[in-house]
Amino acid sequence: MTVLSSPGARRARRAPVGGRGRKAVLGLSGRYLTLCLMLVVMLGPIVWQFLTSLKGRGEDVYGGVLPSQPTLDNYVRVAESFPLLHYVGNTLIVAALAVTSNCVFAAMGGYALSRAGWRGRRAVFTVLVATLMFPFESVMISMFLTVRSMGLVDTLVGVWLPGAVSVLNLMIMRAAFLAVPKEVEEAAVLDGANEWQRFTKVFVPAAKGALAVVCLTSFMGAWDDFLWPLIVLTNSDHYTLQLGLKSLAGATTVNDQRLIAAGAMAALIPMMALFFALQRFFFKGVGEGALKT
Amino acid sequence: MASGTTRTKRTAHTTAPPAAEAPTTSTSGPATLTSAPSRRAARRSRTALDTDTGLVHRRWWTPYLFLLPGLVMVVLFSLWPFVNTVILSLTDAQILRGGRFVGLENYGRALDDPDFWTATVNSVVYLAVVVPCLVLLPLALAVLVQRKVPGIGFFRSAFYTPVIASAVVVGLIWQWVLRSDGLVNTVFEKLHLISGPIPFLTDSTMLLVSAMIVTIWKGLGYYMVFYLAALGNVPTSLYEAAALDGAGAVRRFLSITIPSVKPMMLLVGTLSAISALRVFTEIYILGGESGGPGGGARTLPFLIRQVGLGFAGETGYAAAVSILLFLLTLAFSLLGHRLSKGDER
Repeated sequence: MTVLSSPGARRARRAPVGGRGRKAVLGLSGRYLTLCLMLVVMLGPIVWQFLTSLKGRGEDVYGGVLPSQPTLDNYVRVAESFPLLHYVGNTLIVAALAVTSNCVFAAMGGYALSRAGWRGRRAVFTVLVATLMFPFESVMISMFLTVRSMGLVDTLVGVWLPGAVSVLNLMIMRAAFLAVPKEVEEAAVLDGANEWQRFTKVFVPAAKGALAVVCLTSFMGAWDDFLWPLIVLTNSDHYTLQLGLKSLAGATTVNDQRLIAAGAMAALIPMMALFFALQRFFFKGVGEGALKT
Repeated sequence: MASGTTRTKRTAHTTAPPAAEAPTTSTSGPATLTSAPSRRAARRSRTALDTDTGLVHRRWWTPYLFLLPGLVMVVLFSLWPFVNTVILSLTDAQILRGGRFVGLENYGRALDDPDFWTATVNSVVYLAVVVPCLVLLPLALAVLVQRKVPGIGFFRSAFYTPVIASAVVVGLIWQWVLRSDGLVNTVFEKLHLISGPIPFLTDSTMLLVSAMIVTIWKGLGYYMVFYLAALGNVPTSLYEAAALDGAGAVRRFLSITIPSVKPMMLLVGTLSAISALRVFTEIYILGGESGGPGGGARTLPFLIRQVGLGFAGETGYAAAVSILLFLLTLAFSLLGHRLSKGDER
C-alpha cells in the first residue's frame, strides 16, 4: 500500500518556514485526538463489559468504571454454575468438522473449477455464483426440512452439515489456484505427476495462504453462528457456545451481570487472541470476499 | 482489488521456472504429436499442455470427481432448499404435515398481513438508515487510519475488533450499555440529563434504532478494510498535483478520493444493504424472543422464523415470506449492479 504524505506536511512544504513545524504538529495531534475518540467508541462498550466481568461480588456493578475488588471469580463461577465448557466442547466439535470439510472439499472443488477443458465448467460456475444470491434467511425453513428428513435435527452434525462446503470458500480456492503460474503445472506434468499428485504436491502448497483464510473463516463461522444452531438444536445438552450464552443471559436464575459479562468475554477473548495472532489472514480474507461480486 | 490480484500473479511468475522454458515445451508438444511417433513423445503429447486453451489432457471424469463433494453439498443445502422454498410457498404445508397446492394464496395472505408489513417496513427502514452510514462512516475511518503514523496498526486492529465478535456477544455487550439500568442511562441520570431511563430496548422504535447502532458499530471496521484497499490504489501523484494547484484537504477529498473509491462505495452499499435485510440476532438478543413489545421490532427473517417453525409452524406461508425477502434482496443487488455498470460507462 502506498503511504500518502500527510496533508499537513504537504501544505507545510509550501508554507513559510516559520509555520511549518507547528502546523504539522497540530495536524498530527488532531489526528491522534480523533483516533483516540474513535478508540473509545469502538472499544468502550467491550471494555465496559470486560471491567464488569472483573467486579467483585460485594461491589456495586455501577459504582465506578474500574472494579474496586478485581477478581476472576466470575469466570470460575460461570464455569461451575453453567455448562459453558460443555457448550465450548460442542462448538469445537462443529468447528473441527467445518474446518476439515471446508479445507478439503473447497480445495478440491476450487481446483477443478480453476482447470480449463472440461464440459460444463461454465455452467457449474454460473450455478455456484447464483447460489450466492440466496440469503440464508430465505432458505432456512426448507433447509431445516431437509436436515429433518435426514434425521439430523438436534444433532451437532445437523449444525455442521449445511455449512460443510461454502461456495465462497470454493471461489477463494479457485482464485488462488488460478494464480498458480502455468509453468509450474507444466513442469509437474512433464515430471509425470498425475492429477492427484499435481493437486496435492504442487497446487495445495502454492495456495497455502488462501487455505489459511478458508480455515480461519470456517472456524470463526462455526464459533460465531447463532441463527442456524438456534433452529436445529432443541436440547440444551447440544447447545453451541452462542446458544449457551443466550440462555445464560436469559436465565432468570442467573440475573447477575458479572456472570453474563464473564460468559460473553469467555466467548470473545479466544477470537481476539486468534485475531491478533493471525491478523494478516483476516484482512486478506476480507479482500478475497470482496472479489465475489 | 484488481491490481492486488495482478500483483500476486506477477510475483508468482518471477518465482516460476525461467519463462524461456515455457514456449519450448508448449510448441514441442503439439509438434511431436504429428511428426515424431516415438513412444516417449506420444506419452508426452497425451499429457502435454495446449497453452492456447490452457487444456491439460486428463481422464474426462477427473474434474467432476474433484467437484463432487462440494457440488453435492451445494445442491443439497443451497439449490434444493431454494427450489423447495418456491414449491412450498405455493402450498398450505405445515411443519407437521405436507400441503396441497393453493396457488398464490400465501402471497395474497402476506399482503393482507399487518405483521408482514410491519416486518417489511422495519427491514426497509433498517436498510435505509444503515446503508448510508456504512457507506460513509467507514470511508472516513479508513481515511483516518490510512496514514501510517506510529501506532496505527494498533488503531486499525482495535477498530476491527467488533467485527470478530459474534452477533450474540455484541448484542450482550450493548444490552449492558443500553439497558434501563445500563451504562448510558446510569450516566445520564447521574448527570441529571434525564428524569427517567430512555427505553432503548423496551420501545419498538427505540429498539430498532439501538439495533441499527449495533449493526453500524459492528460494520465500521469491516468496511473500513474494504476502503483501505481501495485508497491504497489511488495514485499519490494525483494528490500531489492537486496540492500544487492549491486544493485544500477537503477539496482533495471530494475531487480525488471520492471519485476514486466510488466503485468501492457501490460495493459496500450493496453488501451492507444485503446484510441489513438479514438482520436477526441483534434484535433477538437486544429485544428478546418476541422481537420487541408486541413484536413491533420484528424484521423479515425474524417473522420467517417465528411463522415457519415451532409445532404450529406454517411452512407454506413462511416460504412465501422467504421468497418475498429473496426478491427484496435481489432487487437491491441488481440495483447495486446496475449502478456500478452505469459507473463504468
